[in-house]
Amino acid sequence: MFKRDPEDCPLSQEVTPPPPSVTETERDELRRQGILLTSLQELYTWGNSHSVWPLNFGLACCAIEMIAASMAKFDIARFGSEVFRPSPRQADLLIVSGTVTKKMAPQVIRLWNQMPEPKYCIAMGACAISGGPFKQGYNVLKGIDRFIPVDIYIPGCPPRPEALLHGLVQLQKKIQGFKLTGPDAPRHLRDDQPCNCPVPEFGEHDLEPPANPAVWTAPPAIVRKD
Amino acid sequence: MSVSDLSGLNAERATPGARVREVHDSFHGDLLEVSMGPHHPSTHGVFRMIVTLDGETIVKLKPVFGYLHRNHEKLGETVTYLGSMPYTDRLDYLSSMTNNWAYALAVEKLAGQAVPERAEYVRVILAELTRLLNHTCLAGFLMQDCGCSGTPLMYAFREREYILDLFESLSGSRMMCNYQRFGGCRVDPSADWLAGAQKLTDRYGTFLDEFETLLTGNEIIMARTQGVGKLSPELAISAGVTGPMLRATGVNYDLRKVDAYGVYPRFDFRVPLGDHGDVYDRYMIRVLEMRESIKILQQALAGLPAGPIMDPKAKLRSFRPKAGEAYGRIEGPKGEIGFYLLSDGSPNPYRYRIRPPSFINLTVLEDMCLGHTVADAVIILGSVDIVLGEVDR
Repeated sequence: MFKRDPEDCPLSQEVTPPPPSVTETERDELRRQGILLTSLQELYTWGNSHSVWPLNFGLACCAIEMIAASMAKFDIARFGSEVFRPSPRQADLLIVSGTVTKKMAPQVIRLWNQMPEPKYCIAMGACAISGGPFKQGYNVLKGIDRFIPVDIYIPGCPPRPEALLHGLVQLQKKIQGFKLTGPDAPRHLRDDQPCNCPVPEFGEHDLEPPANPAVWTAPPAIVRKD
Repeated sequence: MSVSDLSGLNAERATPGARVREVHDSFHGDLLEVSMGPHHPSTHGVFRMIVTLDGETIVKLKPVFGYLHRNHEKLGETVTYLGSMPYTDRLDYLSSMTNNWAYALAVEKLAGQAVPERAEYVRVILAELTRLLNHTCLAGFLMQDCGCSGTPLMYAFREREYILDLFESLSGSRMMCNYQRFGGCRVDPSADWLAGAQKLTDRYGTFLDEFETLLTGNEIIMARTQGVGKLSPELAISAGVTGPMLRATGVNYDLRKVDAYGVYPRFDFRVPLGDHGDVYDRYMIRVLEMRESIKILQQALAGLPAGPIMDPKAKLRSFRPKAGEAYGRIEGPKGEIGFYLLSDGSPNPYRYRIRPPSFINLTVLEDMCLGHTVADAVIILGSVDIVLGEVDR
């Protein structure tokens, strides 16, 4: 039911949702009476957002805080994400927790490609976002968002476990806002968007290609007027 | 179909991931090459080993490094001496305070900088707290590798949070403390902080009792770790292994006694030594070292003198040491952590070199793993206590 022909329903065409037939107050009243009214979309996003299983994948310092977030004091299990899966085939969420070097970047992207849709990515820490304190280094990737689509960025060096939990809640909110149809549908419900990213190879000087143009374009150069 | 036909079939099926190398004989079959890592839940980060297996027995192990090479030493040459201090936090990110101290010690040697007595005491307190933190986490991770999924690591991280709360209230950051300076420490610990440290020291022994009741006499853990990954003292010395790994083989070498840096000679503590050099000894050495750390902490907290925390003459900004070289080393939780600095009189070091303990301890990994199974290799790696930020730098 989610598949559709792109020519039949072009993306530029705006789909206006019909006005809700039951208001929020009426629904709350019904819920108090023991009657649950929901739509398929709400049920789908509700289930998706509260069982995000992260990949058990640590890169550097942030991985320790990621482990700390899953331990007793912070307890990521409260948000339904305590099941850290060792295999990418069983995981929904890739937490890029630490510095991605040029030697490691192809493996990270390969892991991303091995995860089944729907999948999400959190760039945890300054290094995963932009290279962080090691940005000047010759071997450090300047942000994982050059290669894979990132949903949530968590700044910090390293971010506290609370920050990771906050990022997870933000991701849950993002998932709850997904539409099942129309141009706002997420990547995995659309035919025109690829699930996989090309894996770069280490070439003569650098990673080739140095970025994935489908997810990242270089910011415009600042040109002085005078 | 005869056995020789089967081996031919295997050779045809060979894929790059699991290559069939050579046929021994019809009974023992072929050697299998398996790549473990860089994404493997047991490898403590992005470490990769290529193991050659005969059945399940390891006959060859080749480590592959460099997945977290962050150009630490090159960056150290481009920033000022003080600018390298935050980078040292990120070397061994479980024990940033000892990294800070080793680096500060190297620069102090280079510049001939004196350190006030109170700062020396505070450094000892923080270094021993770091040792508690690191060894507790290591024991938890080692048990996780053994297969006790969850519980010991949960206990370890619960205690880690108490120590990190102390670090955070003192330095402002949980993990990356950036606290030591050349000629002292950045802020003076308050009376409240010292009371908190005293409280933690007093009750840490109770936690260790609880932890040991669970693990030390546990029959499964003894069966799993005793006699596994033996390291001989001769090999350990010739490979340059330091820290708890070396002392587990029975070699009495602790820089706190050998170098007697800081105010360590004033404290009464013993250096625990092992007999067998196996994984169980390495675990026990860490537990015993934690007990000695508590003794040092009690003495240091009781004898903490008043006075300045920083040498008032110490220069931090526009710091230009004379041309020369210096090597500062301390006994970190993982072994000898040292910094070698070569100065040409400019604000940046000309050469900045780190002696990482976990990288050098890792060089004997193959010798320890040969003849054991893959599951044993995982706990042997866990008992080495590596942190990849330090191995690859």
